[in-house]
Amino acid sequence: MNLSRRNLLGVAAVAPLAAFLPEAASGAGRAHASKTKLTPRERIQQMHLPNVPLVTQDGRQVHFYDDLVKNKIVTVNFFYTHCDEICPLVTANLVKVQKLLGDRMGKDVFMHSITLKPEDDTPDQIRKYAESYHVKPGWTFYTGKSEDIERLRKGLGFTYPEPAIDKDKTQHIGNIRYGNERLTVWAACPGMARPETIVESVSWMFDRD
Amino acid sequence: MFADKFFDDSGELAFDLFNLDGILGDKFLVNGTIQPFFQVQPRRYRFRLLDTGPSRFYSYFLTDPSNLSANNPFWVIANDGNLLPAPVQVSTVRIGPAERVDIIIDFSQFAGKSIFLENRLLQINGQGPVPPLGFTPGQVECSDTNGNVLSDIRPAGQGDLLLRFDVSSKPVKDNSLPPSKQTFYSLPSTNATPRITRTFKFDRLNGQWSVNGQFVDTDRSAFRFTVQQNSVENWLLTNLTGDWTHPIHIHLEEHQILSRNRMPNPLAAENSRKDVTQLHPNERVLLFFRFRDWLGRYPIHCHNVVHEDHAMMALWHVEPTGDNVFVP
Repeated sequence: MNLSRRNLLGVAAVAPLAAFLPEAASGAGRAHASKTKLTPRERIQQMHLPNVPLVTQDGRQVHFYDDLVKNKIVTVNFFYTHCDEICPLVTANLVKVQKLLGDRMGKDVFMHSITLKPEDDTPDQIRKYAESYHVKPGWTFYTGKSEDIERLRKGLGFTYPEPAIDKDKTQHIGNIRYGNERLTVWAACPGMARPETIVESVSWMFDRD
Repeated sequence: MFADKFFDDSGELAFDLFNLDGILGDKFLVNGTIQPFFQVQPRRYRFRLLDTGPSRFYSYFLTDPSNLSANNPFWVIANDGNLLPAPVQVSTVRIGPAERVDIIIDFSQFAGKSIFLENRLLQINGQGPVPPLGFTPGQVECSDTNGNVLSDIRPAGQGDLLLRFDVSSKPVKDNSLPPSKQTFYSLPSTNATPRITRTFKFDRLNGQWSVNGQFVDTDRSAFRFTVQQNSVENWLLTNLTGDWTHPIHIHLEEHQILSRNRMPNPLAAENSRKDVTQLHPNERVLLFFRFRDWLGRYPIHCHNVVHEDHAMMALWHVEPTGDNVFVP
């Protein structure tokens, strides 16, 4: 105990010497450190928020992490236009959520809905879908490449542990994932929860600092 | 207090916010201490074991590393804080998140040795323990007359070594009565006819967790059913899935387990008043409640807290007049 304490003191005593080291050497040391140790935010980005390319309902090319979630408070859910199980209910529910969020939509919070069937859901197709629900600014629908969307779905935890169920799109997960990216706070609630419950949950992401 | 934690490669405590199935750690803590040890005298000790979750189940064994083939029985005397009618000698006892058992270990047989409290239960994800090979759907994990669990148990020494006991070699006097000579209280009668039997189905639904196909309604006045003050009810907990175990926690009154899959409960260590009951894959568990004169609002929920946080909860209340909602 005493010995290691002495060692620590020794390190502290020579630390000021570091100020005299050539700048390049200490800079290289820092670069090495940041390479081996990720911040929690970087770790979450790497594991859960891949920067995959997507296409909006207006045909705009975007990247998931850089353009959709970085520094933002967001909701993310998955749907497909021909789903006749839970998607219409969840989307209708989210219309009410959007209304309740009012002025904060597109400013403090952004809603993202991503198709699970990009091969069927062209930008034109998802634009018509969004229009049929009278979706307002701040809520965007996306398609993209199957493998990119699959990576996103798995990263965001919209999966079942049983592979057969996981593959079955009619049983897909109807959750709303929500988070404050900058503060690394992420959670989920059922898309079929009462709209007031969803708004209350998402509001926990606001004004945390 | 037993907890399993996950640390990232920089040594920081980590929690996967994107996992809704249940969170497991690979490092085990007892009362917040990692790799703990405890110096004990060669006499009897009573311990209360609490599984703090969030999603890990434990099957506790006593393991002597110098004699792995030995069966090292101990005594269970209480479950969820309530004494059993009499101590039960077991080789192992299983608890899930929020459950408690009180045990008596006699260390005199291990004088001068180091032995471990070991978790031999195999569990690889938040779903719960791995269902035993060869068990037919509907079959419960069960124990034989010695309390040996006939399933999903790893060999001695190959489980999680939770807590090391360093037993002093110096003999000491033990003034406690041997557990085999003790009896406590008989349980309250469960013969009364229930006013109603209510059925609860616990399941996954579109990626969240449901009770009877519904998610928790966070409106604190939205009660799913009304229990009548001073009445007896039976509650049937059902799990139609083959791979999830849910520790079901019910607030206010404690319950007794009347049956598991229509058979008398084979687990003698659960013969007590309880407030958390493990609901295993493909299982129906019938509970007995005697509500007394307290009114108020209470939840029933899964105590795998990841499931609890993702909607596996229902609110109910007690009023002077109850309702007849059979499937709340």
